[in-house]
Amino acid sequence: MEPLIRVEQLCKEFQTKDGTFAALNNISFSIDKGDIFGVIGLSGAGKSTLVRCMNLLERPSSGRVWIHDRDIAQLSPKELRRTRQKTGMIFQHFNLLMQRNVLDNVCFPLEIAGVKKKEARKRALELLRTVGLEEKASAYPAQLSGGQKQRVAIARVLAGDPEILLCDEATSALDPQTTKSILALLKDINAQYGITIVVITHEMGVVKEICNHVAVLDHGKLAELDTVAEVFGNPKSKAAKILLHGELEE
Amino acid sequence: MVQMLLEGTRDTLYMTLMATLFGYVLGLPMGIVLAVTDKNGICANKIVYKVLDFIVNLVRSVPFLILLILVIPLTRLIVGKSYGSTATIVPLVIAAAPFIARMVESSLKEVEQGTIEAALSMGAGTGTIIWKVLLAEARTSLLVGVTIAVGTILGYSAMAGVVGGGGLGDIAIRYGYYRYETGVMIVTIIILVVLVQILQGLGMMLSRKLDRRRREL
Repeated sequence: MEPLIRVEQLCKEFQTKDGTFAALNNISFSIDKGDIFGVIGLSGAGKSTLVRCMNLLERPSSGRVWIHDRDIAQLSPKELRRTRQKTGMIFQHFNLLMQRNVLDNVCFPLEIAGVKKKEARKRALELLRTVGLEEKASAYPAQLSGGQKQRVAIARVLAGDPEILLCDEATSALDPQTTKSILALLKDINAQYGITIVVITHEMGVVKEICNHVAVLDHGKLAELDTVAEVFGNPKSKAAKILLHGELEE
Repeated sequence: MVQMLLEGTRDTLYMTLMATLFGYVLGLPMGIVLAVTDKNGICANKIVYKVLDFIVNLVRSVPFLILLILVIPLTRLIVGKSYGSTATIVPLVIAAAPFIARMVESSLKEVEQGTIEAALSMGAGTGTIIWKVLLAEARTSLLVGVTIAVGTILGYSAMAGVVGGGGLGDIAIRYGYYRYETGVMIVTIIILVVLVQILQGLGMMLSRKLDRRRREL
């Protein structure tokens, strides 16, 4: 397996009223092509910042993120846009276009890529079928449940034909049942299209359900990184133990 | 008399709608620039924002009556004369544009940051985000803004009557104020009230019709 994403000595600092706050402190790891990679940590551990550095929604203060052996901070604006087209992202609050119907939401990345309208609609309908929402094509996001909205977001992200899918707390606003079905869908996508998936979450259950590898973040530092089986069976860091025990107490 | 009031109504509508149109030709791009160059905008640029912000505030703080007189040379240059309804459009546009820019700015800033980030994460460029995310998602709020702008400009156009601006305001001042014909003044006011009600109603209806954020359609 070749690494698809390499994170190298990544640091991100934010200026706050009380001085500099280090959200990420010297993080290094790599993610293999086709992997489902979890990043877990308590609130404020820096997980969202980390994933947002992978498509430069956030600019790292120092360190590098390589995708396909290219340092994404060095890309021209045009190349960055192209790389982002191939790096999909889904969000906790779905972030759909509220004034567009479901079908047109899925068409949006295709519009960005310059695909012809007729072709785009055909492709979007296929993708809606993939996520099981074909009959909602002409509904508006406000008429959908949370789980349905996330399915639309997933169809939308797939429309861009991505190699990488970043999931920023994608199931955190959903109930356990819906979470399960969304995770199953992500697993399917990984198997079917070979898309590398990065899952940011604070729920151990999510990691256990779909990830192969997991990185444990603790106050901006990488506390532990291993296979899911190893971290669950034999947690070494304090943060991993807290996350596991918290799970046990529930 | 009826003839005069009809012509006055026509002139008022002409001034109001033309001034709104040209006000948006200037104010919409200004509002967009303000929204995208502000510190959380997609093209954050402190200098551009501060300069435009200052100009907008400057023009907005000049009372309309003063502005009306101040821009007379410019009006003469553009229209060829400084009185009448066509001439009044010039100061109306100058007064309305910064006000419209502010409303556009605030409408566009109502669009969820997350929605903009989603578009960025898909590789959307600045133009796409402005056109297909900001303007499209804020359309309800923008239309409410148009409605407010039309009402405000209508009020301003009546004020221009003081300097022979034409329209209903002109009639109200000439007949109602200078000649003490209270009846005429009251009729013009009633017409103005009815106009504002109709325009307001139309605007709100249109913006509701175009809003897709409700559960029931």
